[in-house]
Amino acid sequence: MLSGLAAVFFYLFSFVMIVSATTVVVTRNTFHSVLFLILSFFNAAALFLLAGAEFLAIVLLVIYVGAVAVLFLFVIMMLDVDLITLRRYRMPRYAPVGILAGIVLLMELIVVFISSNVVQMANNLAYPTPDIAMRSNTQALGDILYTDYVFYFEIAGLVLLVAMIGAITLTLRHKTGVRRQSIAEQVARMPKTSIEIRKIESNKGL
Amino acid sequence: MQTDLITQLILCVPEIMIATGALALLLTGVFIRGYSYTIVTWLAIAVLVAAVVLLATSPCDGTVFGDALIIDAFSRFSKILMLVSTIAVLVISMSCARAEKFDKFEFPVLILLATLGMMLMISAGNMLSLYLSLELQSLALYALTAINRDNLRSTEAGLKYFILGSLSSGLLLYGISLLYGYTGYIGFAEIADVIAKQRIQPGLMFGIVFVIAGLAFKISAVPFHMWTPDVYEGSPTPVTAFFASAAKVAAVALMSRVIISVFGASVTVVSDSMPVWQKMIIFIALASMMLGAFAGIGQHNIKRLMAYSSITHMGYVLVGLAAGTVTGIQSVIIYMVIYVAMTLGCFAFILAMNNHDGYVENIYDLAGLIRNNPFMTIIMTICLFSLAGVPMLAGFFGKWHTLGAAVGAGFVPLAVVGILSSVIAAFYYIRLIRLMWFDEPKAPFRDVPIDLCLVLILSGSFILFYIFFGIWISPWAEQAAQSLFLML
Repeated sequence: MLSGLAAVFFYLFSFVMIVSATTVVVTRNTFHSVLFLILSFFNAAALFLLAGAEFLAIVLLVIYVGAVAVLFLFVIMMLDVDLITLRRYRMPRYAPVGILAGIVLLMELIVVFISSNVVQMANNLAYPTPDIAMRSNTQALGDILYTDYVFYFEIAGLVLLVAMIGAITLTLRHKTGVRRQSIAEQVARMPKTSIEIRKIESNKGL
Repeated sequence: MQTDLITQLILCVPEIMIATGALALLLTGVFIRGYSYTIVTWLAIAVLVAAVVLLATSPCDGTVFGDALIIDAFSRFSKILMLVSTIAVLVISMSCARAEKFDKFEFPVLILLATLGMMLMISAGNMLSLYLSLELQSLALYALTAINRDNLRSTEAGLKYFILGSLSSGLLLYGISLLYGYTGYIGFAEIADVIAKQRIQPGLMFGIVFVIAGLAFKISAVPFHMWTPDVYEGSPTPVTAFFASAAKVAAVALMSRVIISVFGASVTVVSDSMPVWQKMIIFIALASMMLGAFAGIGQHNIKRLMAYSSITHMGYVLVGLAAGTVTGIQSVIIYMVIYVAMTLGCFAFILAMNNHDGYVENIYDLAGLIRNNPFMTIIMTICLFSLAGVPMLAGFFGKWHTLGAAVGAGFVPLAVVGILSSVIAAFYYIRLIRLMWFDEPKAPFRDVPIDLCLVLILSGSFILFYIFFGIWISPWAEQAAQSLFLML
C-alpha cells in the first residue's frame, strides 16, 4: 500500500487523470479533447514513475505524446468533423443501439465474473513479478523482448513492414514533370556544361 | 521437446528463407525499377519452389522458440499444399497484372509476406504466434485486395475487407484474452490441459465461442461470410484466386489445429452432452452448406458465384472437422487438396475470360464457348462437374470422405443435409455448363496465354485422374492427421 508523500501524489495524478479522461469524452471541441488526452497521458506516465517503472513512463511520453497525439491532431485538422450535425441528427439515431450493446457487454462481464471463481484465476499466473531491486526495468523488458519473445518481436516487425509497404503501394503516386533536387547532379555540374561564353560584338546585342 | 537453438532454426528454415527472400526481393525491386515486376515475380516463384523442396525433403518434427511453432507432418502437408497453390497463383497472375496495370514489384513481395504469415499460422503453437501470424497474413491481404488502386471496386473491397477483418481480429483477441484469463496460459498444450481437467466455466465458453467466430470469419463460413462475395468480386482476379486457395488452406489448417489440440481435449471428459465447439462447428457447417447452395442460384457474376461456391465447400470441410476424429481430419486434408485443385482451375479459366473489351465476369459472356474455345470449355466442364460432386471426379471423393467421416462419428443428419445442398448447388454449376455447351456463341475470347494453359491442364488432369492420385494422397493425409492428435 502507498503511504505518505507517495500516496498524496498518487491520488493527485489519478484524480487529474480521471478528470482529464472524462473531459476527453464530454468536451465539445475535438481539439481540446486531444489536448486533455495528452494531459491524461502525462499523468499516466507520472503514475508509472510512482510505481517504479521509469522506462515505461518515458516510453509512454515519447510514443503517445510525441507521436500518437500529434497524429490525432493532424487527423482532426484534416478531417474537419462536423460536430453539430453529428450531435443533432446522428446521435439520437445511433445512441440507443450503442447503449444497448454496452449494456449487453456489461451484463455478460457481470455474469462471467459472478459465475466463475475469480480467486482461483489469480493463482493461475504463469510468471510471478520479479523483484525490482534485483533487476532494472529496462533490463527486464529487454530480456523479455529480445530473448524470450524475440520470435514474436520479429514477426511484429514484419507486420509493421507489411503495413508500410501497403500504405506506400496504395497511396504513392510518381508525378511526372516535378522538378526534384538531385544533389549528385548538382555536384557533378562543371563550368563546361553549365556556362556558355559568347563573344558579343558591341552595338549589336544578342 | 526443448532443443538447442541451431536445431530449432534448422526446423524453420523454410520460414526464414521466405522472410529473407521477401526482404531481399523488396530491395531488388526498388533498385532495378523499370521491369522489376517480371523479375521479382519469377524470383518469388523460385523462393517458393525452394521452400517446397525443403519442406518435402526434411522429415524432422519438433517445436521452435518455446512452443511458438509446431513442425509436424500436419503442418508440413498443409504448408506444401499452401505453397503450391501460391506458386500457381503467382504464375497465373502475370498476364492479368500487366493488363490491369497493377504490375508493381510490391505485388509478389506482399504475396510472399502473406505466405509467410500463412506458414506461421499453419504451425502456430500458442495464441500469441497465432494472432501475430494471422495479422501478418491479413494485413498483406488487405493491401493486395486494394492493389488495383485506380479501380473503384478494388478499393471498396479493400476497405470493406479491412474493416470487417479488423472486427473479426478484435473478436478473436477478446476470445484469446478470455481463454488466457480463465486458464492462465497461452500455449495450446497448456490450455488443453486446463480444459481437460476442470469443468468448462461460462467465461471459458465465451472464449471458445469468440475464438471460433474469429477463425470462422477467416474461412468465410456462415454466419461470418458477409464480406466474401463483395471482396471476391471487387479484388483483382489473381488476388481472389489467392484468397480462395492459399488463404483458405492456411485458415482451415489453423482452425483444425486449434479445435483438435486445444478445444478437442474437452471431448475426453465424460459428459452427457456434446462439447461446445462441436455444436458450433456443426451449426456453422450446416448454415454454410445451405446458404452457399441457395444464394449462389441468383448470381450472374462468375466471381460472386465462386464466392458462394467456396462458402458451400467450407461447409463440407467443417463437416469433416465436426467429426473430430482422425478420419475427420484426414478427410479435411484430402478435401482441401481437391478444393485447391478445383479452385485454381476455375480461376485460371476466369483469368482467361478476356475478349476485345477486356476482362469479363458475367456468366452470359460464356455462352457457346465450346464453338470458340473447346479446350477451355472442356477443362472448365470437368472443374464444374467436380465442384458439383459428380462421381469419379475429384470433388466426389472429397465429399465422400468428409460425409463418410461425419457418418462414422454418428452425425447422419449432417451428412444428409450435405448431400441435399450439393444437389441444390449442382443447379448453378450445371447452368454454367449448359451455357457453355448449348447456347448461341458470343464474342470469342482472346487466345489463352501459355501459363494459364499450364495451370488449366494440371488442375484438369488432377481432377479427372484423382482415382489414381488418391491412392498415394490418402496415406499421406492420414499420417498428417495422426500427427495432429499426437500432441494431445
